[in-house]
Amino acid sequence: MKTIRIALLLCLMLIFASVLCSCGSEDDGEVKRDYPTKTLNVYNWGEYISDEDDEECGLFDVNSAFEEFFNKNLADDYGFYVKVNYSTYATNEDMYAKITNSAVAYDIVIPSDYMIQKMINAGLLMPLDYSKLSNYRNINEDFKGLYYDPEDIYSVPYTYGMLGIIYNSEFVDEEDIAEESWSLLWNEKYKGKILQFNNPRDAFGTAMYWKDLDINSNDPTVWNQALELLKKQKPLLQGYVNDEIFNKMKGASAYIAPYFAGDFLTMAAENEDLNLYYPKEGTNYFVDAMCIPTTSKNPDIAHEYINYMISVEAATANALYIGYASPNKAVTDSDYYKEMLSYNYDTEYVSAWDVLYGKSKDEANASYSHNPAYMDYYRDENVDIQSHVNSLWESLKTENSTELWIHITSISIVVGVLSFASYDIYIKKKRSKDYRMRDKAKKQQK
Amino acid sequence: MMKKRSVMHSIAAAPHIFWAILFIVLPLIIVIYYAFTDDTGAFSFDNILSLGEYVPIFVLSLELSVIATFICLLIGYPLAYIMAKAKPEHQKIFVMLLMLPMWTNLLIRTYSIMAILDDGGLLNTILGTSMHIVGTKGAVIFGMVYDFLPYMVLPIYTCISKIDKHMWEAASDLGCNTFQVITKVIFPLSMSGVISGVTMVLVPSISTFYISQKLGGGTFELIGDTIERQFVTGAYNVGGAISLVMMILILISIGVMNRFSEEDEGGIIV
Repeated sequence: MKTIRIALLLCLMLIFASVLCSCGSEDDGEVKRDYPTKTLNVYNWGEYISDEDDEECGLFDVNSAFEEFFNKNLADDYGFYVKVNYSTYATNEDMYAKITNSAVAYDIVIPSDYMIQKMINAGLLMPLDYSKLSNYRNINEDFKGLYYDPEDIYSVPYTYGMLGIIYNSEFVDEEDIAEESWSLLWNEKYKGKILQFNNPRDAFGTAMYWKDLDINSNDPTVWNQALELLKKQKPLLQGYVNDEIFNKMKGASAYIAPYFAGDFLTMAAENEDLNLYYPKEGTNYFVDAMCIPTTSKNPDIAHEYINYMISVEAATANALYIGYASPNKAVTDSDYYKEMLSYNYDTEYVSAWDVLYGKSKDEANASYSHNPAYMDYYRDENVDIQSHVNSLWESLKTENSTELWIHITSISIVVGVLSFASYDIYIKKKRSKDYRMRDKAKKQQK
Repeated sequence: MMKKRSVMHSIAAAPHIFWAILFIVLPLIIVIYYAFTDDTGAFSFDNILSLGEYVPIFVLSLELSVIATFICLLIGYPLAYIMAKAKPEHQKIFVMLLMLPMWTNLLIRTYSIMAILDDGGLLNTILGTSMHIVGTKGAVIFGMVYDFLPYMVLPIYTCISKIDKHMWEAASDLGCNTFQVITKVIFPLSMSGVISGVTMVLVPSISTFYISQKLGGGTFELIGDTIERQFVTGAYNVGGAISLVMMILILISIGVMNRFSEEDEGGIIV
């Protein structure tokens, strides 16, 4: 009886819900036009777009907002609807491999500077039609004509940032950070509490910036010098890490790590003891920019997408979500952005605006400009240097990597198992021989 | 009659053959192709010849995985024995408990272990100590044992529970005590389970890259990490060469292992 009642109730609820739904769509009053739907394949870094609705923090789901915007305003012009198919990658190299090998035709990619240069040289990027990008005027002049795309043909800047040294102010003494130098990563006082990048490019970079070596050198001996520094650093390290850095720094497993300013803000929001400085010797400066691969099947929609992404609303939401600096002047000039940035990321010690744009809040309010004079980009390495660096990295990883107890234990296990097995085989052979002898003896008796 | 049947057979086998070609043979051919060519696609032995520098990494991977496999066997065999001896209704619970962690993805489990064992992690916080575990070889071995133990227990458990109960009785009747029953009857009869368990733990341990990256703190590389890095940095040829040589070495070691197992039972592979 009870089950029937529940079933009835469920039925009623279903009917009620469907009636409500149909009412809703009728109220919309919009006749759904009969256009086909096209898919826009967007390929971006992980956690690199505002993808949640959170009014309090100034966020909204940018991709679905674009779909809504396009389907409402532009569908009539183009004669189709758009659906964004969004996927992510973890490194520039992953993305490059996917673009060159994959059957999926991506319409939008967002590589870093040196990778854009590499892709342009490989003929993988499509020249953009800037006349279709009405919001391009929002982009700060400082970010036009950068080295990887000097004539602004292929790319529209999305974010930029710098590499800094993150430290835990509770455990790291003030006199050690007063210098603001890369040498903190080589400070023996913090043995076992220092982290280093687990990829050759960034790890070698830290040593090369410190000793003022050319980070884009074609001379193998320069890289060898950097290797010596990294070998000296290895015993002091807790480990070579990638994304583990977030948990290790937040949980104070480690005290010192080089990482990107935008990600630092996310960490500092959860552990207020964390702070950051940009080393005085100079540091890595990168720009990530939106591009359209030559394989794109919908360059028109891709242009609309880029144009939407550099509109004030979308760019602000993205900048607030990602926490990286924005090359969009319309964003950085707006008071709303400054307010929300400070609301989302400021801590007792850290002003997010200071970290990202390098000036105090008051100064920044007065004028905005960035100073790339003492910073440097990574450029695309040539193949020989790349394989040389790879083998140096190998030697860094294999140095002192094995310990005596491992040899002893594993060899004794192998010897033990082998001797057990041969003893077993010996016993079996002996036994079958005995049996055969016995059979023979029996036969002879007969 | 015969012919008709063979046609039916080939139709039934077609999807499997298609699958095998697409996902086993073809990738193998691609690996071999990359191993024997250079960047330009020309035939070359350079990749294979350059593998000398990876010997220490390979030896380390082999050693760590041998130790991990042995520990798995030490823990896994008694566990499988206890499970097989338990009442049928308890056996189900045991198997469930053993499988339960495997419902969580291996990467997530490994990452969680890292969070627990880390210098400022859960364990150190609870105990109030500052043990340095993550970043040592011991942590990597622990990770391998933790992640792959079920692969050791399950085949042995299946093997032991299949042994005829009369074998136990006969052995006891003929004067064996419990210990002798295990060493002289049960263990030799469960050898094929042990061999397949060892293979199933040893092979993934040798080629793992995630466990060593997370629990090894990145201060040393195992061969899986090396292969991954080669492919990520676009050095497909060297990566292919290492993979190929590793496959051959694993094949040889499995072959050797199967020599020692019962001839009539036959090994699982080779």
